[in-house]
Amino acid sequence: MAKKPAPLPPPATFEQLLSTREIVVTCGSGGVGKTTTAAAAGAMAAVHLGGKVLVLTVDPARRLATALGLEQFGNVETQVPAEAFAAAGVEPRGELWVAMLDMKASWDDLVERYAPDEETREAILANPLYQNITGKFVQSHDYIAMERLYEIHVSGRYDLIIVDTPPTRNAIDFLEAPERMADFFSSRLLRWLTAPARSRILSTASKPFYSMADRILGSQFLQDIADFFLLFQTMYDGFVERARSIERTLADRSTTFIVVSTLDTAPAREAEFFIEALSERELNLGALVLNKVLPPFFVDPDAGATAEQVCRESADLAERVVADGVGGLTDAGQVTRVLREMGESFVNYRVVATREAEEAAVLGERPGLVAAVPYLESDVHDVAGLLELGERLWT
Amino acid sequence: MAAPAVPLLDRRLLFVTGKGGVGKTTVASALGVLAARQGKRTLVCEFDAKGNLADFFGSEPTAFDPIEVHQGLFAMSMDTEESLKEYLRLQIKVPLLAKIGPLARTLDFVANAAPGVKEILTVGKVAWEVKEGHYDLVIADAAASGHVVAQISAPQAIGELVKVGLVREQTGWLSEILDDAATTGTVIVSAPEEMPVSETLELADRIRADTRVDIAAVAVNRVLPELFGRGEEEVFEALAAPGARERLDALVGHPTSPLFDAARLAVTLRRTRAEHLDRLRRELPADIPLLYLPELFTRTHGSRATHQVAEALAAELGLEA
Repeated sequence: MAKKPAPLPPPATFEQLLSTREIVVTCGSGGVGKTTTAAAAGAMAAVHLGGKVLVLTVDPARRLATALGLEQFGNVETQVPAEAFAAAGVEPRGELWVAMLDMKASWDDLVERYAPDEETREAILANPLYQNITGKFVQSHDYIAMERLYEIHVSGRYDLIIVDTPPTRNAIDFLEAPERMADFFSSRLLRWLTAPARSRILSTASKPFYSMADRILGSQFLQDIADFFLLFQTMYDGFVERARSIERTLADRSTTFIVVSTLDTAPAREAEFFIEALSERELNLGALVLNKVLPPFFVDPDAGATAEQVCRESADLAERVVADGVGGLTDAGQVTRVLREMGESFVNYRVVATREAEEAAVLGERPGLVAAVPYLESDVHDVAGLLELGERLWT
Repeated sequence: MAAPAVPLLDRRLLFVTGKGGVGKTTVASALGVLAARQGKRTLVCEFDAKGNLADFFGSEPTAFDPIEVHQGLFAMSMDTEESLKEYLRLQIKVPLLAKIGPLARTLDFVANAAPGVKEILTVGKVAWEVKEGHYDLVIADAAASGHVVAQISAPQAIGELVKVGLVREQTGWLSEILDDAATTGTVIVSAPEEMPVSETLELADRIRADTRVDIAAVAVNRVLPELFGRGEEEVFEALAAPGARERLDALVGHPTSPLFDAARLAVTLRRTRAEHLDRLRRELPADIPLLYLPELFTRTHGSRATHQVAEALAAELGLEA
């Protein structure tokens, strides 16, 4: 096997990143603005760089769909209409497409593709456990996301594909999903489980298991499970081969990862862990996006000292404000309260901002490209909002 | 007028859930601290084996065997393999204890793949503790929104898929505990932001549609205080007006513009969150009590934060802290 090329140095700007890569994977914990970041990057690429851009998401906010001029979007790739861009006063050079992962439809597609014959296919699709199981086992969301990504990439329909990864407790789960799927199909346990259907003679090793499992789960249920896995195993070769291809694509230089986080402790820990995991696997870390970052003036020592002084001297300052007729104010008690509230609020936020600055310093050690996005006035819900966010990434 | 107190801690089993990142574990731990302080023998059980419940108590790492983290307050982490072993030991008195290991691992694998089995080993364990009366209150730091419905409706799912066998036989007493509102309830943790509010509303719908478990309360975390009282915003604007601010700078002896910028940001954040909070209040079924927990500016987790949230919960529940 040819030696895998070393990871590329990270790009210097988002423009470079979005111009030169073919696949961008955004990752991070839930609730940090991953989907919005992916959509903003996609919108910027479509507007400024041209070409066909696809944003593949898992769970878009409904308002984001509406904002893109779409009632909803599903497993089928849908183009964001020109009117949505026109409303934001821009004419994109390229096209922006979006699609959402529909688990059931994607699994059905897979069965269609890998089932060896029509009979097996129908049997799998009709199995009572099929839907239940596909929705639950071995991080199937993660696997499906990677699988769809690969399929679309190979199809050559897009210049740039941006994937928003599923929210998992553990962000690296999806990196390991293809391998886990391959392991699953080749596991000894799966062979054990499907053994009785293949042969009536049980090995001495599996005998106690069956008698015990029988007592606990009931033989019919066990039989249902065995039937299902036996059918599923017929797709083994297809799945394993595909899993290997997906792994190669993720490791390719044309693929890059954007780690998205806020500076809250828990998501920041997760992002740190993820950056580490990318590095260990020699995958390409393209950029770090930090959302909802407090403005830097909170950690300015002079501003902090002033805030403390205003708290301390609020009554005295208020009297002088009233005496000097500043702003036409007359009620010294009220001015005192306002000054004290301003000072105290500043000091409160300063604590948070200090902690955030520390997190940002830790997280920013490795990635070459770091974008900090401040608290935005409101949630993003139109193309203009996406582009406003995009501009902050761009510059 | 104060809302009537919620008899939240009078139940025996609480499932704490909510969107990831909103403070689910903080609320579960704080409820535990509060219950223990009320003299209840309390167990907090973290369902996520990769979780960090210990951080919230400042304790040694938790495991399947509960450890006492404060007086009367116990903490444990779920481990379905251990749960299965315990079940086998208690229920079918497996004689070949040595053989349980590989067997349990194999069954754990089946549990992973087969719908409802893992859930029932998880929920079954905490319900068992309730049934046996080992604790006055068991608090589960349960799965996040997406998965909790599968957990608390596991007995029904198993009942539909498994027709005979020991697992099937367990579903009866389990349902009795889970479906009784006086015994069991869910607490949905939310935050005054767009996605968490949407998810909370959807989850409340799903719990009511797909399960028979009661929703005991929705706890909204990270609520910001109003910065300015009545009439004070006008005073703020008068001070911020061109000319006035420069004169204030002169009185203070330093530039005050960062304080004004900071205050504006605080007001904007509060206002944005208030809108989301209003939506939650408007769209959530009126019979579900809402508990408000303040934004903590100092710490987001750790034993101190847990205790601060416990204080806030005590006030919301009308309890002596």
